[in-house]
Amino acid sequence: MTSTTQVIDKKDATPGWGSRLLAVLRELYRSPASAAGTTVVLLFLFLAIFGPLIAPYDFNEQIYADVRQPPSTTHWFGTDHLGRDVFSRIVLGASSILSIAGGGTLVAVFLGTVIGLISGYRGGWIDEIIMRFFDSLLALPALLLALLLLGTLRSAFGENVSAIGRGLGVLIILIVVYTPIVARVVRSVVLSVKTKGFIEAAQTQGESQARILFREILPSVLPALAVEAALRFSYAIFLTASLGFLGIGVQPPNPDWGLMVFEGREKYSQVPWAMFFPAITISLLVVAVNLMADGVKRVFQSGDLDV
Amino acid sequence: MSDKTAPVLAIQDLTVGYQTRNGIIEAVRDVSLEIRKGQTYGLVGESGSGKSTLALAVMRYLSANGEVRKGSITFNDRDLLDMSTNELRQVWGKEISLVPQDPFSSLNPSIKIGEQLAEALRQHTNLNAGEAATQSVDLLKDVRIADPENVADKYPHQISGGMQQRVMIAMALSTEPNLLVLDEPTTALDVTTEAAVLDLFRELVYERQTSALYVTHNLGVVAGISDRVAVLYASELVEDAPTKDLFAQPLHPYTRGLLDSVPRLGQRKDERPLQGIPGSIPGLQQLPTGCVYADRCPLAIDICFDERPPLDTPVEGRRVRCHRWPEILSGEIDARRADVEAIAVEDYSSQPLLDLDDVEVHYPVGQSLVDTVRREEPQVVKAVDGVDLTVGTRRTLGIVGESGSGKTSLARAIIGLVARTGGEIELLDMALPPELNTRGKDVLRHLQIVFQNPDEALNPYMTVGEILRRPFVNLLDESRQAADEKVAELLQAVRLPAEYTERRPPQLSGGEKQRVAIARAFAANPDLMLADEPVSALDVSVQASVLNLLNELQIENASTTLFISHDIGVVAYLSDEIAVMYLGNLMEVTDADQLFDVPYHPYTEALLSAVPAPDPSVKKERIRLEGDIPSAIDVPTGCPFHTRCPRFLGDVCVDEKPPWQTAPNGKRIYCHIPVEELMDIQKPVVKFEE
Repeated sequence: MTSTTQVIDKKDATPGWGSRLLAVLRELYRSPASAAGTTVVLLFLFLAIFGPLIAPYDFNEQIYADVRQPPSTTHWFGTDHLGRDVFSRIVLGASSILSIAGGGTLVAVFLGTVIGLISGYRGGWIDEIIMRFFDSLLALPALLLALLLLGTLRSAFGENVSAIGRGLGVLIILIVVYTPIVARVVRSVVLSVKTKGFIEAAQTQGESQARILFREILPSVLPALAVEAALRFSYAIFLTASLGFLGIGVQPPNPDWGLMVFEGREKYSQVPWAMFFPAITISLLVVAVNLMADGVKRVFQSGDLDV
Repeated sequence: MSDKTAPVLAIQDLTVGYQTRNGIIEAVRDVSLEIRKGQTYGLVGESGSGKSTLALAVMRYLSANGEVRKGSITFNDRDLLDMSTNELRQVWGKEISLVPQDPFSSLNPSIKIGEQLAEALRQHTNLNAGEAATQSVDLLKDVRIADPENVADKYPHQISGGMQQRVMIAMALSTEPNLLVLDEPTTALDVTTEAAVLDLFRELVYERQTSALYVTHNLGVVAGISDRVAVLYASELVEDAPTKDLFAQPLHPYTRGLLDSVPRLGQRKDERPLQGIPGSIPGLQQLPTGCVYADRCPLAIDICFDERPPLDTPVEGRRVRCHRWPEILSGEIDARRADVEAIAVEDYSSQPLLDLDDVEVHYPVGQSLVDTVRREEPQVVKAVDGVDLTVGTRRTLGIVGESGSGKTSLARAIIGLVARTGGEIELLDMALPPELNTRGKDVLRHLQIVFQNPDEALNPYMTVGEILRRPFVNLLDESRQAADEKVAELLQAVRLPAEYTERRPPQLSGGEKQRVAIARAFAANPDLMLADEPVSALDVSVQASVLNLLNELQIENASTTLFISHDIGVVAYLSDEIAVMYLGNLMEVTDADQLFDVPYHPYTEALLSAVPAPDPSVKKERIRLEGDIPSAIDVPTGCPFHTRCPRFLGDVCVDEKPPWQTAPNGKRIYCHIPVEELMDIQKPVVKFEE
């Protein structure tokens, strides 16, 4: 018993991760918009994890009796021209888009943070080289850059790549496209923080560069970083779906939302629902993530959160 | 009150509240005062005292969440609070004018000075455009601007801060208003400029018999210009008296404490230490039920905590809100704290600790490629332009100078935050390399710095405990446990409670933050402590205790201090030796106790004359400088001060660098005028009344 009370005591002194998460959620549910966004995002996370348990059919199961069915109680979102249940395909597709977009965002945020910290803090020619290189990447529209990269990857690895390999390709694209953007945001915060007295004090006390970067500066970067990460995530979903639509991400018959929109488009006159539901799902998730990002911004602005 | 004429402005029982997330906060509570014709009323208070809110209420400029909850404001027998916006528009500018703290943000940056003045004039008079233009030039002449036609044709950013404030005063006076509200009008200015603006204010206001409400935190300014002073504390008026009486015999313990928090001119730490006031202003959300000052008051008794004192009139023309004024008036009790002891000054001058040899800090100015191609000399800002200085072990050297004098750059060059571009620095016979990252920890721990802004000095995301532990762990290689013990001792030394280790900087007040910053700097027991304006960002009542703390820790740690400030009073109080800087050069180096004795460098003479003395009985020679401090890109040739020197000799000052001369009393002066002659022509600038 005594050990438990001790743990609780410690929690009171410095807020643990649990209570911090709770504080974030509380703030997110303070306004209707971010509450709705957060709920939808959490719902999709749930689908991504427990999809196989929820989906009534397999994503590739062709029910010949029910080909081209409109939405009904048996097939909530109808069936496509091959008789596959659209609802099941959407549910089962959640995990791939969320893991690719989420994984890409995570790695991009991590790399961008490290590069942005170093570039902003060191300044001088290192900063100049990194930033000019990133500028040249940012000069191209994200989708164009993605196509270029995919072309390069394809010529390097050939056409016959497994589904996982293709997923990895999209992941790499997301990382290359978003790392520069995150690095820029981080760098701009670093520039405003590094002239402050507490950084100069750390310098005059001979603190190591790593400590100054990650212990002294990083916490000040986190608020802006959290908002940026949420925004990047929504764009990553969008870009992943776009690549699927263009047929360069995941290959059929995988239940990729973008791919489903593309396939549905061809048979639009016969099975409009096969295009409509995946499209609405993509926009729903992107809007929801954006609303949540606004909420995240407010969490940090309110200052209630003790990071 | 003795004056029987009707008041120009009468404030009755005014209470102003702000609506906030946590309910209503009363920023002004039950304040009454009357300003008569020609009277300058000083309104003194620290941050959070409600002085600005009061001024805003008079102007009817309260922000949207502010409202007058009680009381009245009568202006020339009209109720100001009853007026509609249209009626107010007739009053604003024409009958009541405001001179704001920051002139630059009040002038339209895209309209020329002359046009802005003319526009203000035409708003309230029937002048046509031509007449208004001529009259605006006349107005600029009235505020002693040397070439008014030229200034009228400039944009606000093209003229200096002092000049901008003159323009604001010209604008405020253009319609001959009955009442002038001045909100800290000289706080953003340098002392020499401030002195000139105050002179101007005095002349113009007396000439025109304008009434004025002068809001400031600076007791020195109030002592110099106002007829009466009202002291505000935590939204209440605690004392109100004629200026002379207030300074001679303050009746409220807070006024006493405030006066004793500022060094009077010539006051030294070893003779009369500053008293200071413990604690800080209470938050307005939770004002105490009793006297608002009780928890900081050395004289507080039970009744002070239970009952709010009434605003009494002990003497005709004076008011005070204190339960114990009868005893204070009769002299039975004294609000001075008895527990502050004088600080013994021992003479440790023998060994030099820090030696600066011709130190230069030049910052390059961004140069155009065109200039490079044309082989123009690259431009540099000469922030520090050749400083030779020696500081003795365990001494305090004060460096005083106005903004742009290079004093901060010098400190940063010594600690290495700025790489010097020339000269040598030796500390304890070790040569210090210019760059910070080439100095090892064994060098770093010998010198530390305390910064001006306490809000930025501490990492807001770290606990006080972690902040203070770092120097022990990092610089002295101690274990975490040993460090934690030392942190506790350190907190005690800077008089902060031990549980503060768990707090984070945003939870501390400004004074507390600066104490933590000082504790961190002293943690590794440095030999040299650089204090760069350590108290200028703090409230007056907190300054004294921080200064005394610095001093005490210096003695305990046997360290040497380089104390940098623009405030001569503070420098003279704390230092053993004083160096006066101007445009990157030293002008004079003197023992602190001889600062006020002849001879002076002509710049020091003007500087001493300009300092606002928080004491109306001090008389000063009036020496005012012309123009503004030149740009550090174009430092004048010869003596850098020759462009503004009231004792300018002639070509020799322009062409040749002055020699360092030593006066009989040991002062070193950088001037062409022989010291004998200086001693002949100069009189002591400050006359103390004993």
